[in-house]
Amino acid sequence: MFREKVELSTRYIAIIGNPNAGKTTLFNALTGLRQKVGNYPGVTVEKKEGKIIFSDGCSATLLDLPGTYSLTANSPDEKVATDVLLGRTNHTPPPNFVICVVDASNLERNLYLVSQIIDYHIPVVIALNMIDVAEKSGMTISSKKLGDELGVRVIATIASKKIGVDELKKIMQSNVTASLKARQWSLPKVVKEECDELQTMLQGTQHLSEADAFHEAIQLLTSPTALSEHLDRYAPELLEHVKKDHERLDILGIDRQSVFVESRYEWIKHVCEASREIKSQSFETTSDKIDKVLTHKIFGFVIFLALMAMMFQAIFSWANAPMEWIGEGFNELEKNVTALMPPGDIRDLTVNGALAGVGAVVTFLPQIFFLFLFLGLLEDTGYMARAAFIMDRLMSKVGLHGKSFIPMLSSFACAIPGIMATRTIENRKDRLVTMLVSPLVSCSARLPVYVLMIAAFIPQQKVLGIFSLPGLTLVSMYLLGLFAALIFAWIFKKTLLKSDAPVFIMELPPYKLPSLKTIIMHTWERSYLFLKRAGTFILGVSIVLWFLATYPKTERATPAEQLQQSFAGQAGRLIEPVIKPLGFNWKIGIGLIGSLLQREVFVSTMGTIYNIKDSDTQFSNLSLRQKMHDDIDPHTGVPTFTILTAICLMVYYVLAMQCMSTVAVMHRETNSWRWPIFQISYMTALAYGTTFVVYRIGLLLTA
Amino acid sequence: MNKFSLNNLTVGEKGIVQNIATSSSHIRQRLLEMGLTKGTKVEIVRYAPMGDPIEIAIRGYRLSLRRLEAESVFVEKDPQ
Repeated sequence: MFREKVELSTRYIAIIGNPNAGKTTLFNALTGLRQKVGNYPGVTVEKKEGKIIFSDGCSATLLDLPGTYSLTANSPDEKVATDVLLGRTNHTPPPNFVICVVDASNLERNLYLVSQIIDYHIPVVIALNMIDVAEKSGMTISSKKLGDELGVRVIATIASKKIGVDELKKIMQSNVTASLKARQWSLPKVVKEECDELQTMLQGTQHLSEADAFHEAIQLLTSPTALSEHLDRYAPELLEHVKKDHERLDILGIDRQSVFVESRYEWIKHVCEASREIKSQSFETTSDKIDKVLTHKIFGFVIFLALMAMMFQAIFSWANAPMEWIGEGFNELEKNVTALMPPGDIRDLTVNGALAGVGAVVTFLPQIFFLFLFLGLLEDTGYMARAAFIMDRLMSKVGLHGKSFIPMLSSFACAIPGIMATRTIENRKDRLVTMLVSPLVSCSARLPVYVLMIAAFIPQQKVLGIFSLPGLTLVSMYLLGLFAALIFAWIFKKTLLKSDAPVFIMELPPYKLPSLKTIIMHTWERSYLFLKRAGTFILGVSIVLWFLATYPKTERATPAEQLQQSFAGQAGRLIEPVIKPLGFNWKIGIGLIGSLLQREVFVSTMGTIYNIKDSDTQFSNLSLRQKMHDDIDPHTGVPTFTILTAICLMVYYVLAMQCMSTVAVMHRETNSWRWPIFQISYMTALAYGTTFVVYRIGLLLTA
Repeated sequence: MNKFSLNNLTVGEKGIVQNIATSSSHIRQRLLEMGLTKGTKVEIVRYAPMGDPIEIAIRGYRLSLRRLEAESVFVEKDPQ
């Protein structure tokens, strides 16, 4: 008895299933809050594990595998699921058994994966989920009969209401075995002969298990590249044999690829007929009725735009208040720490280095939270697929997928949630392109820079009687960023990340009421991961930047003199020759270096340079504007800022990657330094080149 | 024979899948595994607001695909 308990506690169980089958809801129902999220090493696929506690106090570990339609591994997500399931990886042990979640209202397609799992002799229990939805649409499924047909235990569940969960847990405590009904589907005679023969050969020469050899045989018979791909893996005799098989089947007019899928579906049809009773089939489901409005030619657009406007509003303004609270909280904290610690470098480091840096990251939290709350709602109700459906045509013009639209839109608020929102894009290259261009879209942190520059230097003039010049300038900056993003998406798709137009074969799941618990847990996980990963990196960077702006110390200097003498100040002078062609002098150079961490720091750096007291470095502040306006180099008589410099500076900020938090998130999401470094490089080059051109044209026009 | 590309069917029309003729074996495999096998009934449910992609009903669920992919799916018109 005791032994059994120990064994059970070391059990590793995986949940697998088609996307939209309710896998995550069931995972949450089984594990509660005992979850841990990470990444599979080397890929950007999320790994989620949880602890399941049984009624007798025993426990086991549960792994939530990415949703997959088959074990053919068509996407990175699917490949991870397949590799883990079949024990092909070192990072994750093969599960002792799996729970396969099946959407009862979509039985046929869901059973395709089940039949593959059974064929691999993997011990499995089936959670026949959303049985209520199936019944509502006029179907009765007997889990007993389905179980008999498949040779496995089938438990009817409604994960969102926790129905069937206890029964499922009971079965998980017992001994779960593999089905004895593997490969019940029948192939055409000649195909079966070849397949069997090849399987026997593979078992003999490659020492594969029966199941592995069978699937390898299918792979060799179907895939057009199988022969060239495995040249070094197989003996020439075997490859020769496969080649002959191909020829023979081709002559007989057998479609080698479809014959296996067709045979499987043929058997599934029989299983469904034996276990499912269709009483009445309504032609128009509730989802259809909703879709008549939500994907309507006109209303569809209007509603979509309204929803996007609301999401944007949430990130942009609802998040404002909590962001201010966090900002104030950090101010208070800084004050208290300042009061508690003796003056000196350590206090300065803590307050102006560490706390300021961490504060900068934590301030983004409300935006991240609202974004993921919205995305979670859209995803969980089923609307996300419709959004991609509606926007796909537009995004396909630049070679992207409909799913790329929302990340780019989110980037207007902040590129960090934007980049994190690309997780819904399955194709790796398309996802990368979207991540690479998203920071070009003008985020909220650029706004203070734009506002300061426009307020100080762009004259209040009316254009065409209705538009004001400052307003038009602001709009131009936003449009510049958007166009740059679209153009570069197109360029990257054509060159660096060249791939075919993304495959848009997407399920439109039925609408359902969102599960608030799932969404909130999801949002919390994302926010926590963001804090953990971005926070540690930013802490390091902000300490370095603090050091650069503080040392070497100058005795009895004003803050402005101190900054000018510091490493950052020296660096500003050092890079002057580089930025001179853009019309920037060393003072702007200091601003650029100071705002590497985040763009809005430019405003406060300018405040320090022009000796404005802390309390009035607001970007609306008149004295800063005035001082910037009046600043003329005593030696050359050239003003630091002109209208042209202001425009150039804004253009530079539109296009340059002046945001270390984005770099940190890119690093986390791509699991490499290559892409963030590439992103910094191309954006800086783009910003430099464009600003240079704008400056030269401006000089010609004003000469 | 009454063989049409899925792309040529209008909203509400039904067809029976005959074959998939695309050069990409990856796309072909995906379409097959999503259930577009020979003899399966499909119905065009709607077009997206901008005309592309299209939504079809198949095996009791809804699938959307671009016209480019739909073009390679050949069906026989189902008169019912």
